[in-house]
Amino acid sequence: MIDKPITTTATRSVVIERELPHPPEKVWRALTEGMLIKEWLMENDFLPVAGHRFNFRSKPVPNWNGVIDCEVLVVEPNKKLAYSWGTLGSESVVLWTLVATSGGTLVRMEHSGFRPDQEAAYKGAQYGWQKFIGNLERVIAGLE
Amino acid sequence: MQAVADNLFKALSDPTRRAIFERLSREGEMTVRLLTDNSGVSQPAVSKHLGVLKQAGLVRGRHRGRETHYSAQPRALAPLVDWMSFYSRFWHDRFDRLENLLKRMGP
Repeated sequence: MIDKPITTTATRSVVIERELPHPPEKVWRALTEGMLIKEWLMENDFLPVAGHRFNFRSKPVPNWNGVIDCEVLVVEPNKKLAYSWGTLGSESVVLWTLVATSGGTLVRMEHSGFRPDQEAAYKGAQYGWQKFIGNLERVIAGLE
Repeated sequence: MQAVADNLFKALSDPTRRAIFERLSREGEMTVRLLTDNSGVSQPAVSKHLGVLKQAGLVRGRHRGRETHYSAQPRALAPLVDWMSFYSRFWHDRFDRLENLLKRMGP
């Protein structure tokens, strides 16, 4: 089906949206049953329970043991699932959203590189990632 | 290489540090004193933030007279751009696998 990749540096996140010809209940199973998750993502000890800590495990590579430390943050059956994604000292969040469509399910995955901001103290300004990365684009463009 | 990326993520995870880095990017070289004036943050705090930014390679200090002048080093941002392209590829691949699994699962 149609893929809508949105991976610009303007968003601080990797977002993928895809409409799949399957009902939300079935997609939900694939996202939340350990044996099924293993089939498409990674070995895991996931449980669909908020607060549950678990690992994704992939093959170790040089400088990385292949372990991702996670915690279930949000569980709304057939609708919304979020977990933290900690690896190599950096913390991020993966959020899945399912919306029923006439042809199946619109599946949206957002992997945010950083946790949401507190307010910036400096100069009383709010330097959200959105704005920061937006400004960075110009900086990086200037490097070329 | 990974340690470099870790330092970068840690440095940029703080909004005050992002604000300082951005200001240096925008306004060019500045001293701690200039960065502190009207900032609402104490000079020791600004110095500490500069230290973290320096360790991540995002900022460089240059001694001139009795003061250090700090400037932004935007090239140090490369791992951030790499992060996004890595996970973009990763999740596209996993979506393909998810779609294949759903086909095999039956109704």
